[in-house]
Amino acid sequence: MSDQATFRAGLLDPAVAAPTGLLDGNAQEAGKRYDVYRNNVTVSLTEAMTSAFPLVAQLIGEKNFPRLARSFVRSHPPASPLMMHYGVEFPDFIKRFEPLAHIGYLPDAARLDLAMRRSYHAADTPPFDPAGFQTLSPNDLLDARLTLAPSSVILRSDWPLFDIWAYNQNSGAGKPRSASQEVLITRQAFDPAPHLLPSGAGLWLERLAAGAPFGIAHDAAVAAVPDFDLGASLGLALATGAFAVLNHKDLI
Amino acid sequence: MLDTSARFDRLPNAVGVGYKPQHFNALRADPGPVDWVEIHAENYMGDGGRPLAQLAALSEEFAISVHGVGLSIGGEAPLDTAHLVRLKKLCDWIKPASFSEHLAWSTHDSAFLNDLLPLPYTPETLARVADHINQVQDVLGRQMLLENPSSYLTFAESNLSETDFLSELTHRTTCGLLLDVNNVFISATNLGIDAQSYIDAFPTDKVGELHVGGHDEDHDDHGAPLLIDSHGKPVTDPVWTLLDYTLAQTGPAPVLVEWDNDVPDWPTLKAEAARAALALTL
Repeated sequence: MSDQATFRAGLLDPAVAAPTGLLDGNAQEAGKRYDVYRNNVTVSLTEAMTSAFPLVAQLIGEKNFPRLARSFVRSHPPASPLMMHYGVEFPDFIKRFEPLAHIGYLPDAARLDLAMRRSYHAADTPPFDPAGFQTLSPNDLLDARLTLAPSSVILRSDWPLFDIWAYNQNSGAGKPRSASQEVLITRQAFDPAPHLLPSGAGLWLERLAAGAPFGIAHDAAVAAVPDFDLGASLGLALATGAFAVLNHKDLI
Repeated sequence: MLDTSARFDRLPNAVGVGYKPQHFNALRADPGPVDWVEIHAENYMGDGGRPLAQLAALSEEFAISVHGVGLSIGGEAPLDTAHLVRLKKLCDWIKPASFSEHLAWSTHDSAFLNDLLPLPYTPETLARVADHINQVQDVLGRQMLLENPSSYLTFAESNLSETDFLSELTHRTTCGLLLDVNNVFISATNLGIDAQSYIDAFPTDKVGELHVGGHDEDHDDHGAPLLIDSHGKPVTDPVWTLLDYTLAQTGPAPVLVEWDNDVPDWPTLKAEAARAALALTL
């Protein structure tokens, strides 16, 4: 093993003894001085997880979260110095974490925390110009494509994910309903916010994001949800800044 | 993205603070003695949003020091070229007055450990670190400053002193040095050496920036004092005294106050900056 492989081996594994060849100022074995590095690594990563996953931390409490986070950081150290991207494996990790298996919605809460952070750091875009909705003919509009803003994220959950988020921001928001929910996260200026989507709008936005023309995306949403409400869905997306550009060859 | 002209080609010989986003409004409304700010490079490598907007606004009013914490210059493995490209993009955009990194490693086998880890001082590690610094300076197209670490232990295999190691690096690479006075005090206490002797042996003519910050106090297995570089408290009196001793040798220099954990309100940090400003006038 290389020197740094040896030094690294115990940093995230308390069962591994301190490496040999480390000394204090009197040429005695360094002993617990190595633990300063173990502690720095584990604590700094655990704290990074706490600020990165505020909803998960709130849901399981400040006593439990560090234990969950510590277990995660020991098996999943960051793969890059960009800590803003740390934790993408956390939802799947939680899903497999036996002691929390009874909280079925926890992985989706972690997905929401990840999505909020992704939105926060996403590229800026100029304000959306909706003029094309007026100037294009109805047929041309069916062929038009909508580019979502880089800060827009769509989450489709089997759980009342929006209600869970809202209740944990403000318990006055009322207890979460018993329903699956689709959430749109958008960022106007600098602060991302989740919005509850009308039924079918998650699929509709996903199709638009994948490049489907307006008409095809609408057909897909109606096929999945017969009472899909285009007006309400479009209104919400426009009001929350979900779109970046309306693209059509007749629009410059 | 905003085109920021390079208004500062070096840091002023004045006081800077480690920038914290929660101070954005208060710092700009009432900077006190603060002429420049230091940012951690990796926090400004997103695609947009508030961090980059704040940095663009700060660069209109303050000289900027970009301080990397993730390059792993002391690592055994080759430098992460994708990360170097990200650093270049950031520096090309914000045109900082200074770029600095650490004599440490943080990545091994593609795991980033989010800490500044120590290396032995030998001819082999010297050659490797020199190669890495040359590579960084070639890619960025500028001189970098390398910061001395805070040490909790030493390596039996080390056969060069830290000051000789750093001094030799400046000859092999043309890099400058960032002298962290708090780190010197921590290492000297932890390893039983004399802090002033360390400063005496340091190539102070190569210093482009000084750091001060707070530390925690603990003890090792033998009851000996073990100071931890926590950046979570006010600077201690012995560190201020060591700053005075250092400035007497370097002459006026950019001095940064670091406070990264348990970050206080702006008036508290500004008061620390004022104390550093006083040291610069003595």
